Order: sequence, then C-alpha cells, then structure tokens
Amino acid sequence: MFNIERWQEIFEAIAKNKMRTFLTGTSVASGIFILVILLGAGKGLENGIAKQFANDADGVIWIWAGTTTKEYKGLNPGRRIQLRNSDFVISKQKFESQIDKKSSKFNIWNGNIVYGKETGNYDCQGVSPDHQAIEKVTIVAGRFINQIDLSNKRKVAIIGQKLKQDLFKDKNPIGEQIAISNVKFEVVGVFTDPGGEREETRTYLPVTTVQQVFGSGEDKLNDMSFTLNKKDTYEEALAESKKFTEGISQLLKGKNTIAPDDASAIGINSTVENIKQFYDLNLYIRLFFWWVGICTIIAGVVGVSNIMLIIVKERTKEIGIRKALGATPLSIVGMILHESIFITTIAGFVGLLSSLSLLELVGPQIKSDYFFNPEVDFTIALTTLVLLVFAGALAGFFPAYKAAKIKPIVALRDE
Amino acid sequence: MIEIKDLHKSYKVGGSELHVLKGINFNIKEGELVAIMGSSGSGKSTLLNILGILDEADSGDYVLDNVPIKKLNETIASKYRNQFLGFVFQSFNLINYKSALDNVAMPLYYQGIKRKERNEIAMSYLEKVGLASHSHHLPNELSGGQKQRVAIARALASNPKVLLADEPTGALDTVTSYEVMELIQGINDEGKTILIVTHEPDIAAMCKRNVVLKDGIIIDDKYVEQVRASSYV
Repeated sequence: MFNIERWQEIFEAIAKNKMRTFLTGTSVASGIFILVILLGAGKGLENGIAKQFANDADGVIWIWAGTTTKEYKGLNPGRRIQLRNSDFVISKQKFESQIDKKSSKFNIWNGNIVYGKETGNYDCQGVSPDHQAIEKVTIVAGRFINQIDLSNKRKVAIIGQKLKQDLFKDKNPIGEQIAISNVKFEVVGVFTDPGGEREETRTYLPVTTVQQVFGSGEDKLNDMSFTLNKKDTYEEALAESKKFTEGISQLLKGKNTIAPDDASAIGINSTVENIKQFYDLNLYIRLFFWWVGICTIIAGVVGVSNIMLIIVKERTKEIGIRKALGATPLSIVGMILHESIFITTIAGFVGLLSSLSLLELVGPQIKSDYFFNPEVDFTIALTTLVLLVFAGALAGFFPAYKAAKIKPIVALRDE
Repeated sequence: MIEIKDLHKSYKVGGSELHVLKGINFNIKEGELVAIMGSSGSGKSTLLNILGILDEADSGDYVLDNVPIKKLNETIASKYRNQFLGFVFQSFNLINYKSALDNVAMPLYYQGIKRKERNEIAMSYLEKVGLASHSHHLPNELSGGQKQRVAIARALASNPKVLLADEPTGALDTVTSYEVMELIQGINDEGKTILIVTHEPDIAAMCKRNVVLKDGIIIDDKYVEQVRASSYV
C-alpha cells in the first residue's frame, strides 16, 4: 500500500487509460450522487410527513394539586396542597433535558368580560407562550402570548372566536380594550381551537399578569403542563413519560411534604399512551425509505461490480504479459484492486461532495407541505461510500484472482 | 544450460486424452542458438511453454541452469521466469498503454529495481536494438519490426539465462524478419542462449542447431552451418 513504485505504476495506468478511468469514475460518482440525492429526498419526504403529523404527536402531561389523604411527618391528612411558581421552576430545572414544551396556568374561572354594551362571564386562563403548542391553539388574527408579555406582566388578551362573535360581532377586535372583572386588557389576538365552541369562548392572558391582578400578587398556580422530547419509538416515548411522571411526582411530593405513596395530593394525567398511532405512522415511513435506500445501494453495488468485471476482462491479456515477465499472482491482484479502490474512492468522494452540496443549496429552497429539509446523515453517506468501494473491490477481486491464476499462455491468447 | 529427460505431456480434450509430448530428451549448452521446428500439432509450442515455465510437464525432468523445475508454486514460477527467462512472442505482446521504454523496464519493475535505475537499464537495451530515439513512443506508433525489437529489448532487460522466442518473425515480412534475425544472431554472438520456435526453414537456417519435432517426439537434431542474416539485408 505504501510502496511508491506501486503507486507510480498505478498512476501511470490511470493516466494512460483515461477513458477507462473516466468511465469507472463517472459511474461510481453518479451512483453515489443519485444514491445520496435519493436518500436526501426520502428524508425530506419523511421530515415533511412527520411535520404534518407533528401536532398530533405530543403526548401532554398535566399536573395539578389536590388534598392529602395520608398523615406524613406529623402533618394531618386532608391538607390542601397549592402549586406555586417555585414548583414549576424546580420541575423545569430538574427535567430540562426531557422537556420540550412547558406551561404553567392560573385561572379565573368566571371572569366578567365587558366590551361596550356587550357583557358576559367567561373562562379566563393565565398561561405561558408554550401553551399554544400544548393546547394546539391556532391563531386566526393577531398573535399569541409571548415572553415579553410574561416578563412585563402586560395586560393583553387573546380571545376565542366564539367570544369574539359574542362581543365584537363583525368588528376587528385587535387593539380594542376589554374589561375583565373591571381591569382593562388589550385584545392582541383571536384563536380557534379544534376542541369546539366551549374552548373558543375562552380568553388567554399572560399567567404573570393574572397572578398579579387577580391572585392578589401571590404566585399560585392551578396546574402545569408539559410535553416531552420526541423519541424514535412509541415504547421509548412511553418509558420516558413513565420516568418523567414518577420523577416529577416524587419531586413535588418531596417539596410539599407529602407522603410518597399519597396518590391524590399530586394529580398527574398523561396522554402519551394515546399517541401510538403517530409513532406507528412514523415507523412505516422510515421503514419505507430504508427499503428504498437499501434497494438503491444494491443497484449501486451491482453497477460498480459490473464495471470491475469488465475492467478485469479487458486487462486479461495485460495480466498474461505481466505474468510472463515475472509478476506473481498476488502482485496482479494487488495492482488491480489498488487501482480500482483508488479510482472508486476518489470518484465516490466527488459524487458524495457534489450531492451533499446540492442538497445543502437546493434543500432549503423547497417549500412544500409534504417535503421539508431534505438531508443526509454524513455518517450514513460515508458508510454508503465505503460499502460501494468495498463491493467494487470484492467484485474486482474474484475475476482478478481468477485472471491471476490462469496460465500466462492462455491469457496471452485472449484477444 | 537446459537438460530435458523423458518429458511427457498430455492434454484432456473433451473426453479423450491427447498425448502431445511423448518422451523428449535433449540438452542445450550455453551460447547455443537452437531452432525448434515442426508442423502445427507437432508439440513444439507445448515444449516451449514447458521450457518457459508457463506450463508444467506430466512427467520427466527439466533442469534449467542446474535448477530443477518441478512442482513450483505460482510465486516461485514467476520468480524463475523473471530471473532465468526472456520471452519474445509472435504477436509482440507489448502493453499498449506503456511507452517503449516502460515496456522494456517492466521485468525490472518485478525485480524490485527502482525507477531511475530501471529506466537507465531499459534505455541501454533500447539503444542495443537501435530504438533509443523511439523510447517514448507507444507500441501503436511503431512498425511491426520495431515492436519486435522493443519486445526483444524487454526480453533481454532482466539479463536472463535463456531467451525463448515463439515464432518471432511470424507476423513480419521477409525483410523485417531478416533484420530481427540479424539482431537475434548478434545477441547470440555475445553468448546468450536462444531458443526459437519456427516453421520457416530460412529462419531455422540462421540458427546453429535445428531440432525437428513430429507427433511429440524428436525426429531430427543436427548442427547446421549458420546462415548470417546480414548477407540478405
């Protein structure tokens, strides 16, 4: 391998056989190119579909506080537990690596809302920005609550479509002032909720504002909700959710001095069990594209092997001459493999780099609902290349070995 | 230089056995120029292949420069071919993508000689055959006679004990044939042992000894008065 004489011999053969080098190189490069583009397109399609169903994918975990039923550390049962901001903060910190979306909530169950002459009692909820994703709230006008609303405790409201109908009729509500229990809020958004009319009579306010204005400045919370980071399989997601709910339950019980086996003091509800369908769909999509990828690789391997067979066939006479001049069978096999591996590796890299740059350049330009961010894992692309080079070498080895074994006199007669 | 005793060789052709060599005995001393003659099917090419370690006899002894040639593995066979023998073929068998110089240097590559030294040696042999000016030409830029001269230079490059030529003038016209024979005679004059397989009487007449094969046995073996090729040119 590190024999300079051998390298010189091979470079000479490569340089003098431009057509053969070009054809081998082109077929390997284009093979890799097509393969990577296909893998990338498959991934793009997978990403696109995954994105389409992403909203249904989140299993939401709700946590609320109840009343203790067991005596613990000298404290009587029947004690009412109150969640506070500090509970939310330590939960966020402790499980940061697992949590995707998080929201804390403080409610005014029956807020009296007034706009002009219209009035009514509605459910008002103080929430965090992530609540939009957790509850799958779709904004139809204006915006949802953002981090600045939260930090500055702004008096802004996002109202449901039904509520907008009740209060504003056909008027544009954005920028209008409404009074909630005699406190003025500015309407900054209108939302729709697939949950139905009851949900659409709701008003969302920043949780910090609600705590300050209606919670007498205390940091009480009614409940907290979380979604967890996505997993590859449903089983993993389920296990992760079990781990999380147990962990957070123990954390909150510890902090609020509750018996570890007291089930009713901290209530937890998880919908992770209900999202098996999504994971199944994702699995089928992935399996399909793996199948496509494997078939493409097989096609590539067959193509490269074919070229190797032809090359060795073409060189049979040369092999005979070299043997008559004193080449050992091993040096013949070595020469052919060395040359073919060299060409396929270089050409493979050219194909790999050009296809990856094409994906990098064109990928982000594609705007389609079902096609998103086509990408190829570099390790997978590299593995594919190694596989093709190896297959080419293997495919070249057997005919080269056979050619090196035949009697020089037979090889020399081969015209 | 070459000692052959009771050499037998048969091939399987279809279901039947074809006995090609039926007990060949002869010795060649150093510096001889021998023509092996015979019609096609007489076994002369088979004999040459066995002498060239390109093929192996079924039975009998073959001793080349005091080295018994028997049951060699491919690697040793390659080594002996490289060290002891130089080949000249009817169809030249030059590697067509290599220049004349690189073709001549090829046996030296397999001896593990470095490139610079290889090229110097190869160049000196090209000079010897009168083709130094064509050293960078590819085989397809050379005439038939020039190709055979390059092939002879290549056969000599590794300084072999014996030069084996299989119908070296078979693909050449008469004038070119005599030019090539003149070159071969010159090399023989310097002391190289040379074996030529031919069926042309005029070529055989330019050798020092004629061995005639027929149906796998030697029917005639005589020393002849050598005709110098230079007298025709």
